[in-house]
Amino acid sequence: MEQMAIVDGLRAAFPDEILHSYTNQGQTAVVVRPGRIVDMLRWLRDTDTIRMNHLRSLCGVDNVRRKESGLSRFEVVYNLYSIPLRHEIRVRAEVGDKEPAIDSVVELWAGANWLERETYDLLGIRFNNHPDLRRVLMPDDWVGHPLRKDYPLRGREEWVGMTELLAKVQELDRFGFDPEGHAHGQAIPDEEDEE
Amino acid sequence: MTRPITKSMDIPVADGEGERYSLRMGPQHPATHGVLRVDLELDGETIVECTPQVGYLHRGFEKLAENKTYAQALILTDRLDYIAAMANNVGYCVAVERLLDISVPLRAKYIRTIVAEMSRICSHLLWLATHALDIGAMTVFLYCFREREILLDLFEELCGARLTFSYPRIGGVRQDVTARFIDGLQRFLDIFPSKIEEYETLIDTNRIWLKRTVGIGKVSGEEALALGLTGACLRGSGVDYDVRKHQPYDAYALVDFEVPLGSDGDIYARYRCRMEELHQSARIIQQCIDQLPPGPIAGPDAPDLVMPNKVPARIEAGTNVYGTGLIKLVRDRNLYISGDVYVATEVPKGELGFYFISDGNNRPYRMHIRSPSFIHIGALAAIARGELIADLIANIGSLDVVLGESDR
Repeated sequence: MEQMAIVDGLRAAFPDEILHSYTNQGQTAVVVRPGRIVDMLRWLRDTDTIRMNHLRSLCGVDNVRRKESGLSRFEVVYNLYSIPLRHEIRVRAEVGDKEPAIDSVVELWAGANWLERETYDLLGIRFNNHPDLRRVLMPDDWVGHPLRKDYPLRGREEWVGMTELLAKVQELDRFGFDPEGHAHGQAIPDEEDEE
Repeated sequence: MTRPITKSMDIPVADGEGERYSLRMGPQHPATHGVLRVDLELDGETIVECTPQVGYLHRGFEKLAENKTYAQALILTDRLDYIAAMANNVGYCVAVERLLDISVPLRAKYIRTIVAEMSRICSHLLWLATHALDIGAMTVFLYCFREREILLDLFEELCGARLTFSYPRIGGVRQDVTARFIDGLQRFLDIFPSKIEEYETLIDTNRIWLKRTVGIGKVSGEEALALGLTGACLRGSGVDYDVRKHQPYDAYALVDFEVPLGSDGDIYARYRCRMEELHQSARIIQQCIDQLPPGPIAGPDAPDLVMPNKVPARIEAGTNVYGTGLIKLVRDRNLYISGDVYVATEVPKGELGFYFISDGNNRPYRMHIRSPSFIHIGALAAIARGELIADLIANIGSLDVVLGESDR
């Protein structure tokens, strides 16, 4: 099935949800409102002529520095592929500027679980009805969402867990486990030179 | 909210009532193939609940890539799946070429297909070696490393590196293959099928191997699709999906090969699929060698550092020869177009996808890596639940995960 025909079908089924669509390098993408994303993806997965049964990727994007105008700050991008019918489509859901949130698609693809956790972890987009929305790559007590464009490339301060670890090391040093401090990056004195 | 570092110091204690207790496996456990931690809830030896924890190797590649040019970000992909770095490089290059509309000469396509398949063999050999070691077959480990060494030597002959290559480049490859490399590869291909038979005689009908793999870690085709499994894990469940066939890139459309399929979806089926893939990879490489056309190895608009042919006799203070060359290339050819694209390639572990957004800048605005290992570890909970703890090791091995790729 032609990609544009899929978009037309989607537009007919969900006339109020589709914002616009475009084709780049032979790949068609459709930009949608977030409200009925689960219904839309279920429609794409279960319609006999489309059967998008493989969720290839799910990721979030922070558009704050993008040159294109008229985009919402955050969006969630779903890349879908149909293994039996061999066609693909991309769905971009705009999820707003502040406190971005969208419904979870874990009920459609169990594998979306970790992808949504990753998106929440790195971009701070919340997924409603997600069974286990925790951080996955960053530590649980990390502050901030690293893939946001306003997050610095180099951190301003040490992670609190690292500070605690170093304090623990220094505390253990008092018991003389490692009097020379070799384990903590200090140079090992060359014994032969001293003699 | 607790941190892994402090949590791991708690000692789990059986409460004396039921038999349920919790056990933390990893991140230093040798059979987790890296720094994977699995929090287990056990009832005797049966897994009631299994929660994998990743992130110990998170290096923020997606963030880093946004601050590097397309050519610079290539080296990050070496560090994804470091067992098959070449396949990642190729996947990255294919994606950027599609995004920026860069053409690749045919010879470079063939060479990239050869190296990608070589790295598939490397990865599968290392998988077989460690997987067999995990579930009690020591000899296979040594046999597999013997053949893997030949391939690593060939990579060294080709580009000087043995593990992190950055040999492919956007628009082609960095250097042409030498006659000695082709000779060596041909000698390897001549002996390799008999070596595969050697591994198979060791374990294929081995009673212990069969007891540990047949009927363990079963995943149905439907389930595998929902979980997002790709590669041999999906094909072992009987779903015919291989990116090399579905959306051919490089020279895969020009060579003849089969996609092996399993039916049972257990560990043994995945093992058989990968063993068959070894044969098919060797077949692809043989065809590529036979068909290798003459010609250039990089396209005219490859946006990469180009070594100057002639170094100027005198360089003014403060000028950067390499830098000026690069800027010239970029400005002259107006390479950077905006748009977004998702391109998948079939790496040894499964489907490796790059989702790029370009903003007309020389850096990616957003690079998302769809790494098969991350999704496979996410699926581990569903696969291992209800099975024995000893089979968890077999399951982790059979999913073929690499933590460098999972944590990015």
